[in-house]
Amino acid sequence: MRKTFETEIQQLKDELLLLGSMVEQQVFGSVEALKKRDLDASRRIQQMDEQINAKRYAIEEQVMIVIATQQPMAHDLRLLASILEVSGELERMGDYAKGIATVNIRMGDQPLLKPLIDVPRMAQKSVDMLHRALTAFVNEDAQAARSIPAEDDEVDGLYTQIYHELMMFVIQDPKTIERANWLLWVAHNLERLADRVTNICERTVFIATGELKELETTGIKD
Amino acid sequence: MHMDMEISKSVFRPVIGTDGHAKVQVTDLAVYYGKFRALKEINLTILEKKITAIIGPSGCGKSTLLRSFNRMNDLTPGCRMHGEILLDGENVLSPGMDVVSIRRRVGMVFQRPNPFPKSIFDNVAYGPRLYGIHRKADLEGIVENSLKASALWNEVKDKLNQSGLSLSGGQQQRLCIARALAVEPEVILMDEPASALDPISTLKIEELMQELKKNYTIVIVTHNMQQAARVSDFTGMMMIDETRAGHLIEYDATNTIFTRPKDKRTEDYVTGRFG
Repeated sequence: MRKTFETEIQQLKDELLLLGSMVEQQVFGSVEALKKRDLDASRRIQQMDEQINAKRYAIEEQVMIVIATQQPMAHDLRLLASILEVSGELERMGDYAKGIATVNIRMGDQPLLKPLIDVPRMAQKSVDMLHRALTAFVNEDAQAARSIPAEDDEVDGLYTQIYHELMMFVIQDPKTIERANWLLWVAHNLERLADRVTNICERTVFIATGELKELETTGIKD
Repeated sequence: MHMDMEISKSVFRPVIGTDGHAKVQVTDLAVYYGKFRALKEINLTILEKKITAIIGPSGCGKSTLLRSFNRMNDLTPGCRMHGEILLDGENVLSPGMDVVSIRRRVGMVFQRPNPFPKSIFDNVAYGPRLYGIHRKADLEGIVENSLKASALWNEVKDKLNQSGLSLSGGQQQRLCIARALAVEPEVILMDEPASALDPISTLKIEELMQELKKNYTIVIVTHNMQQAARVSDFTGMMMIDETRAGHLIEYDATNTIFTRPKDKRTEDYVTGRFG
């Protein structure tokens, strides 16, 4: 029963996963380009962001069509509303990757203040969380979704570590302040990205249970 | 079975988010047609000046439940009712109850518009005349007020002497609503009031219901779930059990029923996967 509708829902989930993997590639690509100081790669990342935006709008439009033509109720309605929300979250995550690309380009010929070690680890961890959060979302797996937000502590921990490290550079040589600030911006973008993963997890719980509330993360410890 | 009992006792009684007056209070209602048990263990509170929708698959007893509220089931041979239906505290089912008075207090609108083959005026004046009102001026006032309340006055005020059957389907249904209103009921039962109407007439009836609920308590049975979602404040979901007895499986605020129902069967029904 409702085969057409089921197919439309599945297509939307597939599109959302595709959008997610585009974002994942953008995050890795932006950090890699920064690490290698590859400005061309960063410019490509910036251009690629337009495709992410376009895909997000396409998903939004398709959700509207399904709502208008299928009049979803209950679980189906929660799912469609959540797909709208999550596609918005992914689009913003894409903006964070674009922001990292912009940092690289703005840095121009200034060398990195320090070799990137913790920043790629942050990227790795937050993308890993994102990937599992999206998998839980399309599987409507509330249990998996509930377990992910706590891992945000690890990303926050790395961010705090990077922050202190950069401050040490600045204290020792105030002339490094601009270059330190570039890297802090990058780390901050990754930290925000991981925060948004929690929002995806909240929607997964909502779809599965009808319960809409914040999932606990411990937050940044200073 | 045991779980059904538990749910019907614990969940259906309190009404979420309101402290309205319980206009109709149904307790352990069962309805039999001969040996066949058509309804069982119905426990339900209908709040005053709210719209309560009853939904569920065909044959689940929605109409039987509705027709219990004004003893219309009495007209079906072999029908017996057990339990209690309190209308403002008075048991509608008690043998001494004046059925005519109940049907005046609890009016009904049916699926197919069924105006009498009389003039528009006489259709609306029919009930009041039956209850002894014969002064022309009184009847004129009642007819005008009833037709205004049913949002039909502007369309028929110049042709009150024309036959009710000359009106369109949607107008006929509003005429039937006017006829029900003319005897000043407290509760209006609507059995699929818009299922024979086109979309515009349907919306007019739905708009009218929102107006009417300022003064009346409305219970509507509908197959159209979008309609239940649009018009009602509370929704009851009915199903049949393995003996084909209809019972209430979930009752809650309409917003809850259509966004996060608690019972899987309600979920399947409102999402179109069953029924």
